[in-house]
Amino acid sequence: MSFVTRGFSGRRRDDNPRLPPGQTLVNDWPVLSAGPTPRVGTAEWELTISDETGADHRWNWDQLLALGVEDVTVDIHCVTHWTRLDMAWRGVSLDRLFENVESGHDFVMAHSYGGYTTNLPLEDLLDGKAWIATEADGEPLDPEHGGPARLLVPHLYFWKSAKWIRGLTMMPDDEPGFWEQNGYHFYGDPWKEERYW
Amino acid sequence: MSAQPLAPPGAARPRAAWHAATVTDVRRETPTAVRLTLDVPTWPGSEAGAHLDVRLTAPDGYQATRSYSIASATPGGVVVLAVDEVPDGEVSPFLTRELRSGDQLEVHGPLGAFFVWRPGQDDRPVQLVAGGSGVVPLYAMAAAHGATGDGTFFRLLYSVRRPEDAFFSDELAALTGPSFELDVVYTRAAPEGWAGPVGRLDKGALAAATIPASHRPRLYVCGSTRFVETIATWLQELGHAAADIRTERFGGL
Repeated sequence: MSFVTRGFSGRRRDDNPRLPPGQTLVNDWPVLSAGPTPRVGTAEWELTISDETGADHRWNWDQLLALGVEDVTVDIHCVTHWTRLDMAWRGVSLDRLFENVESGHDFVMAHSYGGYTTNLPLEDLLDGKAWIATEADGEPLDPEHGGPARLLVPHLYFWKSAKWIRGLTMMPDDEPGFWEQNGYHFYGDPWKEERYW
Repeated sequence: MSAQPLAPPGAARPRAAWHAATVTDVRRETPTAVRLTLDVPTWPGSEAGAHLDVRLTAPDGYQATRSYSIASATPGGVVVLAVDEVPDGEVSPFLTRELRSGDQLEVHGPLGAFFVWRPGQDDRPVQLVAGGSGVVPLYAMAAAHGATGDGTFFRLLYSVRRPEDAFFSDELAALTGPSFELDVVYTRAAPEGWAGPVGRLDKGALAAATIPASHRPRLYVCGSTRFVETIATWLQELGHAAADIRTERFGGL
């Protein structure tokens, strides 16, 4: 149904094939969040994976880093129409965290300090597709951007990369998280423009 | 956030969709911003505080899309936006400088079910805190509050650089009354005859010009990231619970 708006030619020609539809390249890093920024120190930070047996798999900051930190360079796509290419991150692959988690459930709810939640299929977190990120642009993640640690799932819109991550809970069904209950898409593939439902 | 009631999925909220919009009025809002009135016959209405995406298409098919808060919260086919020009931006300079009555563009929405105020939800007072153009969704809330005659006590603290930078000045002044109090902070220059201080907000001034935590207000804060971060931190230090503070930031594009 698109039509031309009189007089508009556009200035930036973002015809980069790595740019999903409806996205614009940025070089800065805009901040979006629904409430105040939680301040969590690495001394108190903890990550828990909870499965259906009631078992908790728990890591403190040093235990997380001891699993092995890797460098990751990925493109980030935010639902608010900005994309950053070749962003340098450091973090721990979720493959390492899920190594000893036995679960028959296919979905995960990510929980954050501050109460934010977002839902993801388990398969989108495995096989080198997702990390617990602790650094970006060569610096420790600052609180505004989700520090000390955030989920990093770069193949989905960035609201899925939950800031201030504190836990992952296995779910039998795909239940909506915070933004998903508030109108955002359950899955969020930027290449299919799955922004809203 | 988890402590706050969420809209049940699929509640009465209208589903977001693309709509064709015709510009019916363009007027200067501030030295850097315009107020756009759009006729959108298929628009389902929106909640106060919601936003939409504007999509512009060039003759060669190139498209650019940006999100804007909606200033209107009226049912039916009229949508009001107030767009501040982003220096070096691509879409906002077109909207503020080139757009004319009669032009057509596409909008997608309404979007956002969290940073919204709903009439009649409870009897807790509402504190709005705006920085610059961040007042747009808060103005929509104040206008909806006034239009529905909702008895909830509202207070808006609005920080602007200079008097001419204030959005919706006349409309906000007209809304003031027993259930809506307006406090303006001028950070650079005040109107003639202004008796109050001129300068950046500090925590003491914020405390003096907002509903105290003991009254358990719902708080909505909108502005630049720096403004929102600062205000939200001070509000928590003043005793407000994080779960009572909803934030929205602009900038980036």
